[in-house]
Amino acid sequence: MYAQEVKSTGEAVKSLKEMSPEERAFQEKIDAGVKIEPKDWMPEGYRKTLIRQISQHAHSEIVGELPEGNWITRAPTLERKAILLAKVQDEAGHGLYLYCAAETLGVSRDEMTEQLLSGKAKYSSIFNYPTLTWADIGAIGWLVDGAAIMNQVPLQRCSYGPYSRAMIRICKEESFHQRQGYAIMMQLMKGDAAQREMAQDALNRWWWPSLMMFGPSDADSVHSAQSMAWKIKQNTNDELRQKFVDQTVPQAEFIGLKIPDPDLKWNEEKGGYDFGEIDWNEFHEVLKGNGPCNKERMEARRKAWNDGAWFRDGLMAHAKKRAAKKIAAE
Amino acid sequence: MPNADSRELALRMGDNCLILAQRLGAWCGHAPALEEDIALANTALDLIGQTRLWLGLAGEMEGGKSADDLAFQRDARAFRNCLLVEQPNGDYAHTLVRQFLFDAWHAPMLTGLMKSADPRVAEIAAKSIKEVDYHLERSTDLVIRLGDGSEESHARMQSALDDFYPFAGELLTPDAVDEALAEAGLALDLQSVRSAWRSHVAATLQEATLTAPVDAPVRKGGKQGLHSEALGYVLAELQWMQRAYPGAEW
Repeated sequence: MYAQEVKSTGEAVKSLKEMSPEERAFQEKIDAGVKIEPKDWMPEGYRKTLIRQISQHAHSEIVGELPEGNWITRAPTLERKAILLAKVQDEAGHGLYLYCAAETLGVSRDEMTEQLLSGKAKYSSIFNYPTLTWADIGAIGWLVDGAAIMNQVPLQRCSYGPYSRAMIRICKEESFHQRQGYAIMMQLMKGDAAQREMAQDALNRWWWPSLMMFGPSDADSVHSAQSMAWKIKQNTNDELRQKFVDQTVPQAEFIGLKIPDPDLKWNEEKGGYDFGEIDWNEFHEVLKGNGPCNKERMEARRKAWNDGAWFRDGLMAHAKKRAAKKIAAE
Repeated sequence: MPNADSRELALRMGDNCLILAQRLGAWCGHAPALEEDIALANTALDLIGQTRLWLGLAGEMEGGKSADDLAFQRDARAFRNCLLVEQPNGDYAHTLVRQFLFDAWHAPMLTGLMKSADPRVAEIAAKSIKEVDYHLERSTDLVIRLGDGSEESHARMQSALDDFYPFAGELLTPDAVDEALAEAGLALDLQSVRSAWRSHVAATLQEATLTAPVDAPVRKGGKQGLHSEALGYVLAELQWMQRAYPGAEW
């Protein structure tokens, strides 16, 4: 979910009859639930789609450190500071596993970083929104990690072994983050008027962008159909969004928060909530780079990378010297 | 047992951890490599954990104050951290050299405190040393690799060392409180920490092809609450929420 609108081959899904023998064997393996491993044969489209999806996911973890990192020095208690540090450290760790998983498909971390910094690769739209108050840290954990989990739980069963295994580790930590975020909101709602207002304001600002995290309705998307046939994706965006809304609304009500959607209504027949129309114009603007923080986020990543060049070069230079000394000694 | 002195020791130890963690936390998302982001967050997390133990002890001796009370409700003059840890992050070389000079003191200090006559102090030291041994291993390794790395990394590390070396003296020079603590068996004699620090730093710098400044003036005052101007801004960020919403729970 940190992967939105991942392009696949752009072509219709082939039937087994239309496939080459290799493709057919590959598809049959997937259909039988056998994991694909790095050295196995795979169609080029599968490899490329996965690289796009995993790297977008990894970039989102890295860029996602910024809005949360923004509050580390200002966290209101030592305990909250420790929890936030641990969370951001986890996110960076997720980025690391995911880059490693993508590397098994034949792309280097430096290449992926290059694609992020040049704007060629995307990251989740959600991280282009600002964290203005402490309650935003609660809202991110509760809503953003909550939405991410919706998508990531099925990804544990993804057909590609290294991605699936990375997701199993990641999901354990994300569900912890979500509970921590909700705990922040709960504490705020037990607090005074100013704290409750802070929590409601955060929900008002993060609710719709969280729903956008699932991406546009993809029922007709060929990208989505191919990814589903390959078991890179297991559910449609709308299914996951609905599940998220159904799970989150009662959580909000339980602590006295109001979902900022006048059209939100329980639909007995479908056994879920109906909710208002998402502002897709805003979503596309944010993806295009016109969100409130796109510029700052990319500048921060570029600055970190550029300012750190001497550090990385220095380590390489040392490794070379050491290797040369070792050879000389032999 | 002179309670007041154990309290002063806990404040000094805790404030060093807190202010350094605060500095490290600001790097989050901005470090030169993903592994460094993880490592700095991890180190900051360790130091916040230690802060809670030390300031918890100091607060207990102050009649039931919490670690949070001490972290968020004191003004700059009451902070007892050394000047080194409050120095601005600078470039990554400065951050690493600051960490190295501190770790090289922190590890032998904690090792000594494990034998403190105050069992509460000894217990916190024993818990902390495992983490700090690792901090020292990591910062030592990076000082060596970057000192003896490229021309630029060498120059940056040397410049950071020139800037921060003068602050290390404060950690190693006993004042009246340190002397009283050593006398009472609550802490170790700083002379022994000094010799451990010197031999570790000298060996590391030699391998790193870096040179310690000769006759650097010692910059000190933090232990007595006479800080650099930098601390006020660190506290402004650290304490802002608690100051803006007095009495609120988070």
